[in-house]
Amino acid sequence: MTFDILMQAFALVFRLDVMAIILASAAFGMFVGAMPGLTATMATALLVPVTFFLDPVPALGAIVTATAMAIFAGDIPAAIMRMPGTPASAAYTDESYAMARKGQLDLNLGVNLTTSVLGGLIGVVILVLCAPVLAEFALAFSSFEYFWLAALGLTCAVFLATDNPLKGFVSLLLGLAIGTIGIDPAAGFPRFTFGSVELMQGVSFIPAMIGMFAISEILRGATAINAPSEMITQAIGNVFRGVGSTLRKYWVNFFRGSAIGVVIGALPGAGADIAAWISFAVSKRFSKEPEKFGTGHVEGIVDAGAANNSALAAAWIPALVFGIPGDSITAIVIGVLYMKGMNPGPTVFLQNPQLIYAVFIIFVLANLLMLPLGWAAIKSARQVLRVPQNVLIPMILIFCIVGSYAMTNSYYGILIMLIMGVFAFLLEQNGFPIAPIILGLVLGEMFEQNFMTSMIKADGSFLAFFARPIAAILGISTLAIWALMIWRVGIAKQPAPAQ
Amino acid sequence: MTIITRRTLLASAAAGAAASHLSAPALAQSYPSRPITLVVPWGAGGGTDATARIVGSILERDLKQPVNVVNRTGGSGVVGHSAIATAPPDGYTIGMITVEITMMHWQGLTQLNPESYTPLALMNEDPPGVQVSSSSPYQTVKQLADFIKANPGKLKASGTGQGGIWHLALVGWLGAMGLPASAVPWVPSNGAAPAMQDLAAGGVDIVTCSVPEAKAMLDAGRARSLAIMAPARNPQFPNVPTLNESLGINFSVGAWRGIAAPKDLPQPIVDQLTAALKKAYESKEFQDFMANRGFGIKWAEPAGFARFMAEGNAAMGVAMRAAGLARSA
Repeated sequence: MTFDILMQAFALVFRLDVMAIILASAAFGMFVGAMPGLTATMATALLVPVTFFLDPVPALGAIVTATAMAIFAGDIPAAIMRMPGTPASAAYTDESYAMARKGQLDLNLGVNLTTSVLGGLIGVVILVLCAPVLAEFALAFSSFEYFWLAALGLTCAVFLATDNPLKGFVSLLLGLAIGTIGIDPAAGFPRFTFGSVELMQGVSFIPAMIGMFAISEILRGATAINAPSEMITQAIGNVFRGVGSTLRKYWVNFFRGSAIGVVIGALPGAGADIAAWISFAVSKRFSKEPEKFGTGHVEGIVDAGAANNSALAAAWIPALVFGIPGDSITAIVIGVLYMKGMNPGPTVFLQNPQLIYAVFIIFVLANLLMLPLGWAAIKSARQVLRVPQNVLIPMILIFCIVGSYAMTNSYYGILIMLIMGVFAFLLEQNGFPIAPIILGLVLGEMFEQNFMTSMIKADGSFLAFFARPIAAILGISTLAIWALMIWRVGIAKQPAPAQ
Repeated sequence: MTIITRRTLLASAAAGAAASHLSAPALAQSYPSRPITLVVPWGAGGGTDATARIVGSILERDLKQPVNVVNRTGGSGVVGHSAIATAPPDGYTIGMITVEITMMHWQGLTQLNPESYTPLALMNEDPPGVQVSSSSPYQTVKQLADFIKANPGKLKASGTGQGGIWHLALVGWLGAMGLPASAVPWVPSNGAAPAMQDLAAGGVDIVTCSVPEAKAMLDAGRARSLAIMAPARNPQFPNVPTLNESLGINFSVGAWRGIAAPKDLPQPIVDQLTAALKKAYESKEFQDFMANRGFGIKWAEPAGFARFMAEGNAAMGVAMRAAGLARSA
């Protein structure tokens, strides 16, 4: 019976036209992911009109393949040019770039590629085996649980700040403050918009991210344009050299990152980008050599590179079982599922099991295909390094402009990118890290909205934040972590008391 | 962009009338001579986006020019709606406007109202339903209504942001039963899907979104739809009674979507686009798509659409003032 269905599913996948579509969407996904500002979500949205004319299996296969490739491909420009191709790479952009500057670009991209492939496969296996159970868990999350999750996420900022926790904290607050611009998520009232229609949409996250990473780096490059080029010069070596020993050394990190990715991805309110942030912070917290983080250390990249790809597959769990999107990609996928008559819900596994199994097979294929295609993408992207800097920098600027425009479909995105770029440049010149700002922008709205809605639900009672079992566990852990951090600061201060 | 427009205009002027200034028929003859932008004020993946994309792809075939769907999101719909209203009225920027255009200006979010557009075609309307979790004790909307009357303020409802259409549906329903808005406090959400998830997670008690938006949770057996706020049952969901059937009150409201252009679009282009939209509306693809998603369909030509919006606008003004959602002018 099951075997029959599996055979049918294989017959649906291994056809010339389906294979051609998968290959084409893989190339498309690689391109979109590597372009800063063009995200995996946008790749999906662009594929939707195409899926109108396709059968269900190639239609979903195209989306599965393109998004898996895009999430990996976002790592390439992050390492080479400090310009994350998608938000899912933002958490470890600085680390990757630092590795590249140390001459470890090959190792970095090799590890990124391998952990993406393996992390993606783990996500698929969990999706196939545990979808109903995990969906049930994810469905139990209400605003109280999401509030604590956001609080835990913001706590990560402390671990991300490398040398000066105080400056890291200031950066986080700046990010949260910028996040309050726009329409208040609870009361629906405009804040800090000064009557401007554009500001009502808030500071768009992706243009801001491009500006803060790439523009500030361009500015730094421009101030040192006459200095001897410190561009990474290294022979085009074997991308996979050293990957095996890295994975053997950090196999715990790999499985931990994949597990965090699966759980966060399956939660409807959080996706691959938040999974990468949290797993990176966890990696540093439990590392034996946390002092190496920020200097181009591969350890956190193993965690986060696996986490964002495993989150991608896990986001399909609530989408398939309950029609609740696990991230912005699956929000679009649900529409496609309806259009193809595969209405999401527990019945999707009963009505057309061969279609769902075919999608699972494509998931596995897409992740395997990522290995050769990713290798080819890395090889071709490396040619960028041979371009002289005075040609490369204007080209990067053009990509930044195009990407920012594409996000908001207006000049507003470009303006945001430029302003945030100059702002980030000045901050970094004065020793303020920018990663916590981005984290504040990512989590600020989630934090605020879930706090406000929880307070409305609880008629203003704080005890409700501990009334539900999962919320209580998350809440107590968060408070315990905070207490521990304050206690440690207190201990550290004692020998040299503050003036 | 200005240069292209001018060149197009000059070309059509030369080909058309001998007059030195451009005449409308000449413009219509060459229209459309370049790609058309279809602005969507809501995010990719939602119901409005999906509807706009299917309409766009059918229009594209008919008008023989690419129709680019562009999402201008944010600001609770204000950003996209103003992008449509402020574009040049040349037929190359049109947009999908939604029920919020009759609501936002009462809230003081924008000056824009239905008068700011050239209406082209109404395509869809969905009434809200009253959904509860499958683990809740209420089997009928009457039981639910009786509990609300006996315990005002106890139950919480969600479905969209503060002052959104589904919030107003709740307030209108409570008002029709003679209850104040505070009888069921509103919990703002980012839309119907997160609200339905919160319903299943036990975070809220009632969700007043449209029944198609609740479909996945209903099919999964996690929620029950007790009633719809419409004059008649939805053929896609024949088991859900109307409010009138179960409570004897006549309250109906709906979220609608239509295509509009900036104000003062020349009449020949209006006629051409309306004809193309009518064809799209009647096409098998559109009808199948809307039926698949469970979306309601509703057609009105420019004059009818304008009347429909004017009536809705006035009704919303009354309802929002009553609910305390309108900004006192």
